[in-house]
Amino acid sequence: MREITYTEALLEAFREEMRRDAKVFHLCGALGALAGLIPEFGAERVRVCPISEEAYVGASIGAAGSGFRPIVSPGMMTFAFTAMDQIVNQMAKIRYMFGGQATFPIVFRASTGGGRSAAAQHSQSPHPLFMNLAGLKVVMPTTPYDAKGLMKSAIRDNNPVVFLEDQMLALRGVKGPVPEEEYTIPIGVADVKRQGRDVTVVAIGKMVLEALAAAEELAAAGIAVEVVDPRTLAPLDKPTLRASVQKTGRVVIVDEACLTCGAAAEIAALLTEDAATFQALKAPPKRVCAPDVPIPYSPVMERFCIPDQARIIDAVKEVLR
Amino acid sequence: MALTPQQLLEMYRQMATIREFDRRAVEEFHAGNIPGVVHAYIGQEAVAVGVCAALRRDDKILSTHRGHGHTIAKGADIKLMMAELFGRSTGYCRGKGGSMHIADFSVGMLGANGIVGAGLPIATGAALAAQLERSDRVAVAFFGDGASNEGAFHGSLNLASIWKLPAIYVCENNRWASGVPATYALSVPEVSVRAAAYNLPGVTVDGTDVVAVYEVAEQAVRRARAGEGPTLIECMTYRWRPHNEQRGNPADPRPSEEIEMAQLHDPIALLGAKLLEQRIATAATLQQIQREVEAAVQEAVAFAKASPLPQPEDALLDVFAP
Repeated sequence: MREITYTEALLEAFREEMRRDAKVFHLCGALGALAGLIPEFGAERVRVCPISEEAYVGASIGAAGSGFRPIVSPGMMTFAFTAMDQIVNQMAKIRYMFGGQATFPIVFRASTGGGRSAAAQHSQSPHPLFMNLAGLKVVMPTTPYDAKGLMKSAIRDNNPVVFLEDQMLALRGVKGPVPEEEYTIPIGVADVKRQGRDVTVVAIGKMVLEALAAAEELAAAGIAVEVVDPRTLAPLDKPTLRASVQKTGRVVIVDEACLTCGAAAEIAALLTEDAATFQALKAPPKRVCAPDVPIPYSPVMERFCIPDQARIIDAVKEVLR
Repeated sequence: MALTPQQLLEMYRQMATIREFDRRAVEEFHAGNIPGVVHAYIGQEAVAVGVCAALRRDDKILSTHRGHGHTIAKGADIKLMMAELFGRSTGYCRGKGGSMHIADFSVGMLGANGIVGAGLPIATGAALAAQLERSDRVAVAFFGDGASNEGAFHGSLNLASIWKLPAIYVCENNRWASGVPATYALSVPEVSVRAAAYNLPGVTVDGTDVVAVYEVAEQAVRRARAGEGPTLIECMTYRWRPHNEQRGNPADPRPSEEIEMAQLHDPIALLGAKLLEQRIATAATLQQIQREVEAAVQEAVAFAKASPLPQPEDALLDVFAP
């Protein structure tokens, strides 16, 4: 199968969906790779906005309520915090508050994560914040294949979908297999990235890559790690996550977000509150997350904060003890 | 376009309906029949009615926490509105929104909003949708003087200006942003001068004169339909009631002389006098309209009271669309 980058995969999803539905258009804070869409779709449907996130994120809601399917891209999620009222009070709530009389199909995409010494205002993993907002779906794909398939589903979904792209996945330009033929990946379905019988490692975003590297290293030591990528964080795929842990009896949950009230906490809860999964556990679940600090600038401190292969290996050994 | 006698009478009826609707909403609130919060529009009726008279059904409006007037003027059903205030399952939002969140997408009313200034970006997006469709629809954002100090106001006007969107921003300057006077909170003597910063026309009009409001709105709508871009309209008005209805002894920071003074400029009485003077209506006609309006609102209250409450577990519905 041919291999393409994360960014190329997303561009393919945009191209296919914009051809399929004339109501799909972009509002973006900076063109970046989206410039590649202008020759075919024009600057009207690939629209650059002034740096007024509150105004154009809000405009995406008005356009969606008027029959369009906007894809709004402020760039980094930290920039979009200036639009939080429009996201929290409007995008997430208005369908509900209006008694379901209208739909707001919006893809709200932004990059997240740390790893390039950009300091706290350009490095954050705020997906748990969005998981806590009823009315938003939250997806966070890791591979180019998942990115394309989930983006197509997000565009077709009749609800606001927060589409989170770890900035390092695009920056590293790592390629992955993506078929030429059309496909979609349903929102709300996790993926077992590697089968194993000894320990389940649930990993999110680029932590999936760290977990797979850890699994490879541990395999040499005779430890078979199963790596599960939820891919969608709201709603979480409870059956897949529980089934894996029921099989292995041990679980490490890896997330780059801060520990407290994070995605890892939610996953730990949905595993342990389920009687069958709880009974299958042979060791307490272990979380591997960033400490509760803003992401620091200096590379030595940043590396200390963001989970990696070595920390995952330590955690796996701990739950096997 | 000059208004016909028929249109003027209809505007009078709408203003009377808004006043009576909110008079009853206030009454039912204090009787304990309406939970939550009610922000009465009484005193500002000429703004909603004057602007909406210049609109078509397919034009869009965005409203505020003080939204009953806009909703009625855009053509919503007062029975479904009142049922929503009463928290009934027959209400516009099936009891999930209440007074501050009524919407009726079927008449182009895209929602009232409890967050000051938040409707402006959404209206801007509705205007963008019209432009993308090559439609001559327009979108109107209603907001108060307080909202003109929000970033959402400034970002929206800039966006609408650079894209020449068919948007009309209607500021209802009722001189008080909740408890903060505009004389203190605004850096400018009039909100309309802020339009200059975004290179679009800004006009201030007497917001108690429904015909004057209509004329200014009609011009802005014409401009917008012709692709000439947005307009900022400031309607000078006054709310007769406190910011919101409060049980017990409400604190209203406004001087009572100021309130009494404003009530001398009753927009409904002003239009009524004009109708009599121009012999469009007799006193008997106006009384007849008032009786009909009272009956219609009474019917709405009865409908609300007779409507079933939602099932508690209905709280779980409508979060996501299929």
